[in-house]
Amino acid sequence: MEILALLADGMLLALQPLNLTMIVIGVSVGLLIGAMPGLGSVNGVAILLPVTFLVPPGSAIIFLAAIYYGAMYGGAISSVTLGIPGASTAVATTFDGRPLARQGRASLALVTAALASFVGGTIANMLFTLFAPALASVALSFGPPEVFALMLLAFATFVGLGGDDIPKTIFSICFGLVLGSVGFDQISGAPRLILFEMNGFLQGIGFLVLAIGVYGIGEMLWTIEQSRGEVSKTTPKMTLKGMASDAKEATKKGWKGTFVGSFLGFFVGVLPAAGATPGSLMSYGVAKMISRKPETFGQGNPDGVAAPEAANNSASTGSMLPMLTLGIPGSPTTAILLGGMVIWGLVPGPRLFVDETEFVWGLIGSFYVSNAAAVLINLAFIPLFIWMLRMPFTVLAPMIFVLSIVGGYAATRDMFDIWLMVIFGLGAFFLRKFDYPLAPAVLAIVLGPIAEPTLRQSLLLSSGDPSIFFTRPIAGPITVIALILIFMPAFKMLRRKRQPA
Amino acid sequence: MKLTKRHLLGTIAASLLVATPGIAFADGWQPRKPIDFTIMAGPGGGADQIARFIQSVAEKKDLTNRPLVPNNKGGGSGAEALIHVSGTNDPDHTILVTLNSFFTTPLRQANLGIDIQTFTPIAMMGVDPFVLWVHKDSGMTTFEEYVEQVRSMNGEFVMGGTGQGQEDSIVIAYMSDAYDLDIKYIPYSGGGAVAKDLAGKQIMATVNNPAEAKGFYEAGDFVPLLAFSDERMPAYPDVPTIKEKGHDFSYYNQRAVVGAPGMSDEAAAYYQDVFTQIFESEDWQGYLTSESLSPLWMDAAQQQEYWGLQVENHKKLLAALGE
Amino acid sequence: MRNGEIVTAGVLALFSLYLMWKSTELPVGYIAGQGPGGGAWPFWLSAIMLLCCGMIAFNWWRGTSPPSQSSEPVLDAYGWKMLIMVGGGIVGFVALVNIISMYGAIAVFLLYYVKYLGRHGWGLSLSLALITPLVFFFFFEGAMRITMPTGMPFTDPVFNVLYEIIY
Repeated sequence: MEILALLADGMLLALQPLNLTMIVIGVSVGLLIGAMPGLGSVNGVAILLPVTFLVPPGSAIIFLAAIYYGAMYGGAISSVTLGIPGASTAVATTFDGRPLARQGRASLALVTAALASFVGGTIANMLFTLFAPALASVALSFGPPEVFALMLLAFATFVGLGGDDIPKTIFSICFGLVLGSVGFDQISGAPRLILFEMNGFLQGIGFLVLAIGVYGIGEMLWTIEQSRGEVSKTTPKMTLKGMASDAKEATKKGWKGTFVGSFLGFFVGVLPAAGATPGSLMSYGVAKMISRKPETFGQGNPDGVAAPEAANNSASTGSMLPMLTLGIPGSPTTAILLGGMVIWGLVPGPRLFVDETEFVWGLIGSFYVSNAAAVLINLAFIPLFIWMLRMPFTVLAPMIFVLSIVGGYAATRDMFDIWLMVIFGLGAFFLRKFDYPLAPAVLAIVLGPIAEPTLRQSLLLSSGDPSIFFTRPIAGPITVIALILIFMPAFKMLRRKRQPA
Repeated sequence: MKLTKRHLLGTIAASLLVATPGIAFADGWQPRKPIDFTIMAGPGGGADQIARFIQSVAEKKDLTNRPLVPNNKGGGSGAEALIHVSGTNDPDHTILVTLNSFFTTPLRQANLGIDIQTFTPIAMMGVDPFVLWVHKDSGMTTFEEYVEQVRSMNGEFVMGGTGQGQEDSIVIAYMSDAYDLDIKYIPYSGGGAVAKDLAGKQIMATVNNPAEAKGFYEAGDFVPLLAFSDERMPAYPDVPTIKEKGHDFSYYNQRAVVGAPGMSDEAAAYYQDVFTQIFESEDWQGYLTSESLSPLWMDAAQQQEYWGLQVENHKKLLAALGE
Repeated sequence: MRNGEIVTAGVLALFSLYLMWKSTELPVGYIAGQGPGGGAWPFWLSAIMLLCCGMIAFNWWRGTSPPSQSSEPVLDAYGWKMLIMVGGGIVGFVALVNIISMYGAIAVFLLYYVKYLGRHGWGLSLSLALITPLVFFFFFEGAMRITMPTGMPFTDPVFNVLYEIIY
């Protein structure tokens, strides 16, 4: 009960006029930042730091929550309208969001994303309120073998993602994994795969460099070439009535994915090593598996937008949990938050929930309010983004290229990475022409750097004995399920081949 | 052209005089651009937190007329940051927050061609000691019990750290050598991940900076066994030092700010002044106490001398590690 | 397309081989008691990539994949022109960043694309080329505190004025 009272206090605080203004500004700013490819909540939170000295800490927290939520909602906007995933968590949103936009149904995709995000965020907040301290101990029981098993499970969902050409899909996955291992070997500390002895590779190849290259440059070139520059404009019209019917359709077709994403995303997001990307990817895979029409995924199924969006919003809320209860940042954003808390004189860690109840519940209370504000503001902004899509293609295309280059630089601050991005873009254009699926590579570059070190840490723990993945109580079942999922298609294929004979 | 530039600089200086009367600046040099505040570590670790704390103090007190823009370049144990800073085309607006990889990385990767003595000393903000931690459920309360436990496990005692050749591995290597211990060492991506896996009992002990273990220590989960500082630490008065155990060894992580090679004397004087003010601020002194850092103030010449000493020390330590 | 398919597979196979060779700088085998060495992960994955290239070549020989059945050219005259104009434009854009700053390069690129490739009027082209970099400057440098490359020193006077406005 005491918790509810504190939570209500937090919410009431957030509803005061000054704070409500901060929320509206914060969400709008966050939305724009999130919609920009290359920028995300990390940039939003970084600019917050100086602001925290101008306003009382209570308002600072609220402003922070507002920017955080705004940016999470914004990620989907770039995925749908520009086709560039602005953050690794939004890659899965492009799978169905982009086809919908191509069919002139961008507004349906955006409305679905907004509503799913809202439900995801709300469910995550409730789970957070009810189970935060208990979940912290779950997070602690995930050591390297468990995280690796979870990554294996995430890879299992790849199986359904690729194109029809199996060798090309496998090539793409491995290519992403190898690119992800460039830089330094975490275990031995030695430089690895410094290609052509160029020092720029020492920092590794970031997800955004590949993603913006592939989607922002490669896909765009391909679209221009395919359409002969005459992109047929399905002028999407935007009316209040149209949005209402979109909302209806989104609820009807996207509820399943939303619920899968909300719960799965939260639990994966709570684990500090995993984060929101595997969460959104796995939700997409599960939504596809349980769907009655799995073949419509990838063709513009609202469920395919709802699942990853609900998941990444839910996971981002979940990732606050290890930060608050264990003092471990699960993402760069939470890392900056952690720094902010130290400046405010708080000690993140197991004692925070006991010693600083007001801060904690004030923060969570403002999450609820920010989430509600974010969905409203996001819906209000949708017509603007739809209007952007109505720009002549010869204006939209150069703007996307400029956004790609500027956003890429903002994310990496290194011209070397920009050149790499251009090279990836030109390469992706040709690979796209020859039917190489590239989404698996883009996801593999995120998951690889989590999977490889945990695999090797586990084997170090067990002195090289791989049975560690099967004998541990949590890792064991996850590994087995993942292996079954990975080998199921091959097994099915064998059976199909045998039957006619 | 010349006239406009001088005129412009005059306006800038004048407007600054009005805006920030508190700064006593040497020769009137002022940054004209945002200052590239490169951090030798990825976001979230101890070094990053300190850098962001410094930045926020500068921001709060309005010490610089152009903002310090944090720029995380942690790749390759800081190799990325060293290359970035030494190759900058604007040394007057590029500064670097360092840790001990400032000494070790150029030693371990001679092919980078980095000579740290070319960097411009600015300020030594403090040094971060190391402590040996175990989980309270292990039942160990003294270092002697720890030594006994490790020996009884015949190489199956698992410790986590931030990687071969990193600060904590140097300490562990020294300790293993001095007490003839056989330890299984698991490298992690950062100090936070190490602390989490000790709390989850995935590993049995760590050597970590107090700042990264503090939350768990206060909750009673972690037990400090041994400090690698010169004297007992005020925050942990009951924890013996390795010196008391008869080994002449201490090890600290430096938290220093250095300028890019080729920085002009005027710019260096400006930054030295700014960081002296930050060092003397209540915020920073409070941070030093709460996070158990030791102040170790040095002027520019002393810093350069200290670097030379540290390079020699690390050469020996790394050689002992077999690198 | 048919020739392109095998050439692409060949290039990728060569790249896989390079990656395998590069991985051998670190141990690629299974070290007893420790698990795989530092080069094992990229080495064996590159080996799978090489294998995949082999299978792609086999499918090419059997003619099962769509590109291997197609007799169309990879890029027709329009495709080549597009690639050189647009792709070349992007390369030029990035090359200009280090000379006339990020914002200058944006202006030049937009003017080139909108006026020359898009064949829009001067009014639209010029206003886009001038307003976009300005908006970006205030957004990135002013609001987000992200500094973009300022190019060669001759751009300094302009930036000094701009920085003076925002700080």
